[in-house]
Amino acid sequence: MRETKRAVLILEDGTKFEGKSFGHDSSTAGEVVFNTAMTGYPESLTDPSYEGQILVTTYPILGNYGVPPRREKNDVSEFYESDHIHCKAIIAQDYSWEHSHWQADRSLAQWLEEEKIPGVYGIDTRALTKYLREKGSMLGKIVIDDVDVEFYDPNVDNLVGATSCQSVEHHGEGDKTVVLIDCGTKHNIIRCLTRRGVKVVRVPWDYDFTSIAYDGLFISNGPGNPDMAEKTVENIRKAMEIGKPICGICMGNQLLAKAAGARTYKLKYGHRSHNQPVRMAGTDTCFVTSQNHGFAVDSDTLPEDWEPLFINMNDGTNEGIRHKTKPFFSAQFHPEASSGPKDTEFIFDNFIKLL
Amino acid sequence: MIDNNIKKVLLLGSGALKIGEAGEFDYSGSQALKALKEEGIETILINPNIATVQTSEGFADKIYFLPVTPYFVEKVIAKERPDGILLAFGGQTALNCGVALYESGILDKYDLKVLGTPVRAIMDTEDRELFVKKLDEIGVKTIKSEAVNSVNDALEAASNLGYPVIVRAAYALGGLGSGFCDTPEELVSLVEKALSFSPQVLVEKSLKGWKEVEYEVVRDRYDNCITVCNMENFDPLGIHTGESIVVAPSQTLSNEDYHYLRQLAIKIIRHIGIVGECNVQYAFDPKSMEYRVIEVNARLSRSSALASKATGYPLAFVAAKLGLGYGLFELKNSVTKSTSAFFEPALDYIVVKIPRWDLGKFHGVNREIGSSMKSVGEVMAIGRTFEEAIQKGLRMIGQGMHGFVGNHDLKIADIEKALKEPTDKRIFVIAKAMREGWSIDRIHDLTKIDRWFLHKLHHIYDTACELRKHDELTSLPLPLLRLAKEQGFSDFQIIREVMKDDFDADRDMKVIRDYRKRNGIVPVVKQIDTLAAEYPAMTNYLYLTYNGSENDVTYLHDHRSIVVLGSGAYRIGSSVEFDWCSVNALMTVKKEGWRSVMINYNPETVSTDYDMCDRLYFDELTFERVMDILDLEQPHGTILSVGGQIPNNLATRLDDEGVNILGTSAQSIDNAEDRHKFSAMLDRLGIDQPRWRELTSFEDINRFIDEVGFPVLVRPSYVLSGAAMNVCSNKEELERFLQLAANVSKQHPVVVTEFIQNAKEIEMDAVAQNGEIKVYAISEHIEFAGVHSGDATICFPPQKLYVETMRRIKKVSQQIARALNISGPFNIQYLAKNNDIKVIECNLRASRSFPFVSKVLKINFIDLATKVMLGIEVEKPHKNAFDLDYVGIKASQFSFSRLQGADPVLGVDMSSTGEVGCIGDYTDEAILKSMLSVGLKIPQKSVLLSTGSAKQKTAMLDAAHMLHNHGYRIYATGGTHQFLNDNGIPAIRVYWPSQSDMQPQALELLHNKGIDMVVNIPKNLTSAELSNGYKIRRAAIDLNIPLLTNARLASAFIRAFTSLPVEEIEIKSWDEYK
Repeated sequence: MRETKRAVLILEDGTKFEGKSFGHDSSTAGEVVFNTAMTGYPESLTDPSYEGQILVTTYPILGNYGVPPRREKNDVSEFYESDHIHCKAIIAQDYSWEHSHWQADRSLAQWLEEEKIPGVYGIDTRALTKYLREKGSMLGKIVIDDVDVEFYDPNVDNLVGATSCQSVEHHGEGDKTVVLIDCGTKHNIIRCLTRRGVKVVRVPWDYDFTSIAYDGLFISNGPGNPDMAEKTVENIRKAMEIGKPICGICMGNQLLAKAAGARTYKLKYGHRSHNQPVRMAGTDTCFVTSQNHGFAVDSDTLPEDWEPLFINMNDGTNEGIRHKTKPFFSAQFHPEASSGPKDTEFIFDNFIKLL
Repeated sequence: MIDNNIKKVLLLGSGALKIGEAGEFDYSGSQALKALKEEGIETILINPNIATVQTSEGFADKIYFLPVTPYFVEKVIAKERPDGILLAFGGQTALNCGVALYESGILDKYDLKVLGTPVRAIMDTEDRELFVKKLDEIGVKTIKSEAVNSVNDALEAASNLGYPVIVRAAYALGGLGSGFCDTPEELVSLVEKALSFSPQVLVEKSLKGWKEVEYEVVRDRYDNCITVCNMENFDPLGIHTGESIVVAPSQTLSNEDYHYLRQLAIKIIRHIGIVGECNVQYAFDPKSMEYRVIEVNARLSRSSALASKATGYPLAFVAAKLGLGYGLFELKNSVTKSTSAFFEPALDYIVVKIPRWDLGKFHGVNREIGSSMKSVGEVMAIGRTFEEAIQKGLRMIGQGMHGFVGNHDLKIADIEKALKEPTDKRIFVIAKAMREGWSIDRIHDLTKIDRWFLHKLHHIYDTACELRKHDELTSLPLPLLRLAKEQGFSDFQIIREVMKDDFDADRDMKVIRDYRKRNGIVPVVKQIDTLAAEYPAMTNYLYLTYNGSENDVTYLHDHRSIVVLGSGAYRIGSSVEFDWCSVNALMTVKKEGWRSVMINYNPETVSTDYDMCDRLYFDELTFERVMDILDLEQPHGTILSVGGQIPNNLATRLDDEGVNILGTSAQSIDNAEDRHKFSAMLDRLGIDQPRWRELTSFEDINRFIDEVGFPVLVRPSYVLSGAAMNVCSNKEELERFLQLAANVSKQHPVVVTEFIQNAKEIEMDAVAQNGEIKVYAISEHIEFAGVHSGDATICFPPQKLYVETMRRIKKVSQQIARALNISGPFNIQYLAKNNDIKVIECNLRASRSFPFVSKVLKINFIDLATKVMLGIEVEKPHKNAFDLDYVGIKASQFSFSRLQGADPVLGVDMSSTGEVGCIGDYTDEAILKSMLSVGLKIPQKSVLLSTGSAKQKTAMLDAAHMLHNHGYRIYATGGTHQFLNDNGIPAIRVYWPSQSDMQPQALELLHNKGIDMVVNIPKNLTSAELSNGYKIRRAAIDLNIPLLTNARLASAFIRAFTSLPVEEIEIKSWDEYK
């Protein structure tokens, strides 16, 4: 029998789930969230929106296809969503010790070991998920080898600041220039933009980009509480004055909404999955979307000249907003997918057409 | 919104169960009918399969037990004048029929709207050329071959396609000149050779070893699309998906792979214009993102039924609603009831589907599995590790296997060959190879099965090795025991590994179970909720797993539930009829105010539709698992008598555990099942039975046969290979059978029974309460005894039985019912000759013919039986078979065309895969309807007769006269020709293949379409006699020429079609027979 270390997940209310370690053998803490996607763990682990979070995968078997190589293409990661793992840990029911895929160059366990991230298996992730669903997202810590650590609440930190780039970067070539506010952007947003032949100027979250001559503004996804990114909101307000097209994704949707004057709030346990149904407001057109967010825009607080663009078909929450007359719109879901369905990539096309 | 002009809809069923088209369409059709009913739409169903749930009361408003062929469907359309028609729910049968109706203008003529996917789109997916063209339009790759006439063209074609390629010589039979080429050099040499005997060579990209992946896609008329499920075949390309082990969701695809194929599937479905559901199958390169579309099924399919059960997403139900014009966004997720039906299920478990083959039932069949389907059923296992699910599944298959390991050692002469050329035993060959120390790479190289699966299987093998290191159950280390259970080991497997060969299964099962329970190693119950617990769901769809720490269900332990055990995988001898019984039992349980609980694991069934009961455990029907569930559920009682033999076999052991078995007691069941006890009881009651003896040596067997005479029926208790029973007509045959097929010894006795020739076989289906028969149905076989009752054509009410015979049967049955104190359903089979009756068999459970007799008599036997089992006093219905002004005929469906090489002859072992039941005002009419329903066609001009022994020839004489009088040209082989001439019937003599220098040759005539029907009756069932006509029978099957091999059935059919023109068949619905 394989010898693995005991790893215990302790939630902030004291509930314990006992499992075994398959990643780096060190204790850690964060906010425990679940994701119901059945594929895409390399993408999720490197998604900056998971900064500070312990990711629970409801799909019980993890690691099947290993991990693709760490490679860059056009200054961004080829297979990952950033240059390192942002999750604090990952938890599944069953870990595949042997992986199989032509693109893999190492196992998930090896990768976690390299990046010193714990991995836990042998936990009833369905029971854990149901618990989180009932009680809401919760802080938790993983204790390995009985080495205790403090609970850690990532939502009190400015995670946008922590995951954003530190200086202005340029990606791609083209006649049009798009400023991308990096609130912790997924690399696929950059890929989706540059693939469409525009020049991307990627700026830090609090950078005053209004001095740059740009054709459009793109606000990225990002982790944590949107209230932490007031500086970004201020800059977006300036951009709204300028009037060039604005598009946002996820955190971008929340920040654009805040800039417009709406409020955001924390969902009980967030949307993290590949199967969130959204409907384009006022139409019969629906999309299956990839999502990863814990906060949402309160549609009722949108000012007069704004309206919901997409609505979640399961719980009716806001999934996007648009300005009634100006070229400003955003989506709460992830049109860049990665991981998840690619049905809404047209959002990028729509944005580019406006430039 | 929906089209309000549609008020009456016709749904086409799929007819009898056959290989490739089985129970899944009963499920699809039932769901569609439910969806329509909800909308208040009147429904008309055409389906001759009387054993199905969809042809039961309460599903469709009108049911026609008629063949699903354009002729009969048009008649029904003309009579009923429906507004819409659904073609996608009855498999290929319904689809083909629909296309034919469209092409002949019938749909237009009656202004009948096709609901859902338009016929044009269906045709685009059905016709290979149109399909390739259609997908070319959007740049989607399909499997194409290029025809070339020179080596240079072949080289060019190959470089366009990319190596490796397959080369096939056109117009060559048997794969002559075909082969794989990895390089241009190999190609040149092979093509040169091929061109030497064929003018044209086909070059095709070789996809050998590619993965096979499927997506189930749904689209509404607003162009909203979802993929409900994807599935990956464990067996790589080359093995039909119906023959493959399949997992859902895919396990070895990365996110990029998954969504790349998903997006393509949506692109395809949009371009083709599906409205409803369709299935896209891909070949996917394991070393790149290269793919090819294999096919698209523009209808509900076996895969869609599996996907529905695997995800909880009711595809057929939703497809029917979309056909009416709904958008997906207007429908609710039927599991959560709160979230939208426009979503893609997230699974938090893994599902493994495994096919069930019954190749052992057939003589001469090729056991290799490949691109055509041979399996007769399937199971679905749910777990939270692959190891757990696959081991569950291998047990569910029900072929004596206990999982991946812990089985009797397979004797494999050449492991390498057995891995490379897969048979129905392949997965066990993998286990064997692992035991022999073969590496995963070596197994992978030979099988091309993805290493991920092989590694997982190896884990199971490793754990078995760990267990073997121990030799006492109660000192097994707990972590090891837990690991074994997490990997799906049954208690029995653990016992076998730990105790080696020295154990007492019954005792040790208790030991290990106690030890586990004492240490808290018990399974937990999980729900299937479509959203991986993201939203609360009131779902009653459950499975058990050891990979979890908490039950999803809170048990009330109020003893208000009744557990019904289902029938497991469809197999020859047990299929949709027991599903009908199970579903009806559930409905009665519910109606009587109890909570209905189902245990079953067959994804093709209606009983595993979570709408059918209050709680569905999609899990094993082993003693261990049933006890796990009963421990949790603590029901009032358990019903074993509606699911066929699998639940019945559990009776004694469950009774030993104190389970409250409803109805007839376990003791009585044992008294009927145990040959010695039953026989002694009959003797006591003075009831006659064919003489039989259980014997352990050749000498004893010979002595017994001296007493009873040949032929005898021989049933070995331990079968080495081939069929389990055989009729032996002489000493030589007996010895050969016993030496080749069976072992005779003290441990393995053989049961020898006298075989009574030319006797009638009669079925008694009945329900008794406290030993008193409440309702019964006596039906007769058209064929004489010797044809298995599951293959026989059955007539109810009987038309040719002496009243005295019936009275005696009734009396004897009542005696037996009293003696066994039966409370519930039972079936007794009798032989009758000159009013003497003998009991052959007695089963204290529902039988195969229950749905048939219930529907013909219009008294639901299962409803009554269930009430009896619930302890409700039932009245004898005031109606019996003498009151019926019509006749029901149940006929069997064979699937020989799918089973290459199999001899299509009927014997004591069952070989039919399905059945139909049709009703007529007269016997001839019912016969004609039923025979046309199982695919026979009325011959146009010529018939080949080869009618066996003198007796059979005489039996066929009237029929031969009728053929002659109706202007048929009769061809006949030697003896038959002589006989016909002697009796003044002109016939043309034809010659057997063995008389190769004579003309005309029977085979040639068949090949040249000179014969429309073959009647070939073996004189007896000796192998010499069988091999004589084999080539002719097989050719008839392979050339799709109707074949009859029984004189009495052939006579009945000939009488029917010569005396009743098809045009005079009444088009009457079930309710019109009063």
